[in-house]
Amino acid sequence: MNSKELIARRVAKELKNGSLVNLGIGLPTMVANYIPEDINVMFHSENGIIGMGPTPEEGMENKDLTNAGNGFITYVPGAVSFDSAMSFAIIRGGHLDITVLGGLQVDENGQLANWMVPGKKIPGMGGAMDLVTGAKKVIVAMTHLAGESSKIVKKCTLPLTSLRKVDLIVTDMAVIEPTEEGLLLVERAPGVKVSDILKATEAELIVPDYVPEMIV
Amino acid sequence: MEIISVKDVTKYINDGDTLLIGGFLGVGSPDAIINEIIDSGKKDFTVVGNDTSFETNGIGRFVKENKVKKIIASHIGTNPETQKQMIEESIEVELIPQGTLAEQIRAGGVGLGGILTPTGLGTVVEKNKTIVEVDGKKYLLEKPIRGNVAVIKAKKADKAGNLIYSFTARNFNPIMAMAADIVIAEVEEIIETGKINPDEIHTPGIFVDYIVLGGDEK
Repeated sequence: MNSKELIARRVAKELKNGSLVNLGIGLPTMVANYIPEDINVMFHSENGIIGMGPTPEEGMENKDLTNAGNGFITYVPGAVSFDSAMSFAIIRGGHLDITVLGGLQVDENGQLANWMVPGKKIPGMGGAMDLVTGAKKVIVAMTHLAGESSKIVKKCTLPLTSLRKVDLIVTDMAVIEPTEEGLLLVERAPGVKVSDILKATEAELIVPDYVPEMIV
Repeated sequence: MEIISVKDVTKYINDGDTLLIGGFLGVGSPDAIINEIIDSGKKDFTVVGNDTSFETNGIGRFVKENKVKKIIASHIGTNPETQKQMIEESIEVELIPQGTLAEQIRAGGVGLGGILTPTGLGTVVEKNKTIVEVDGKKYLLEKPIRGNVAVIKAKKADKAGNLIYSFTARNFNPIMAMAADIVIAEVEEIIETGKINPDEIHTPGIFVDYIVLGGDEK
């Protein structure tokens, strides 16, 4: 299992039956592939649909039916399409249960930076700021390291996405929960030692006596 | 409401206009009208849209062909040309959170003096903006956005200008239809008035000034 699959499988375990879920572009999109069979969720996409289904078979694409990453999609029974104001009414208004987003940095306050690298990469925030501000639960799915450097830092040096404390960080090394007291190490990836995680983490972690291994 | 040829759209568009342009990465984008405006040689537009699409379609072509002086959008990541021109400072780019942009345009169309949103508080978006406290909670005051012309795309129209959109091609189109002095809708099909059930209409025809029958090109 590669590290992205590991992260996606672990995030999928956070989804509850009946949840309305928005998956970000890239790694978070993979979560849809690993949802347990007994769990039914509806997927929201910010370009204006609830009830997004899998990629259509070749030749069955509808030019007007896409996800926020410009990929063709299908829809499931019960689906509904709407305009951008309604889409963000759902997000900002607290009607979206879970958002899963990628991250560039998360810091000891649980704050996320994921939308730009000044002077290098300025794609824009798209829907990310509204998603982090408004979703009931925010899960950050990202690799623990960018090259050699930790993405879990003392204080974000990149521009913040929101002041809101995210609810859970899932990486290829650990599951970390931002709490009032700081970042709590909740689980470690299969075969990864607590000492490995501490070495790969710039931020201070609260480490309980027993840190179970992720079940994926 | 008048049905016009795509060749006639540029009569209603002037150099330097603010154009609201529908579409999400080119999906639900009025491409026949966009191509006509670009080919007309008119320029110096301020373009408001969700994103700048790709270099070859939708709003992306405006950037690539240097017709734009300012872009107001939530995302420019799929169009390297926008980022290049932004860094060279040959165009001005204002990035706005997607939900805020939608509500600013809506406010512009529905007679509101702005909106209060928590999105962007404590981030670079907050810069130069007024913070308003309501019942102990802080919000950013975001002002309305209007255009001289809105150029939108719908699936079908009747001859009264009532519009129906298709799936995720709806996106910003119905909001923009309310927020400009002149609204031009490109549609794939025009049917007789009275043939659409009133319950199924998304945009009332009173918002629409001109209809253009375009292709169904992506």
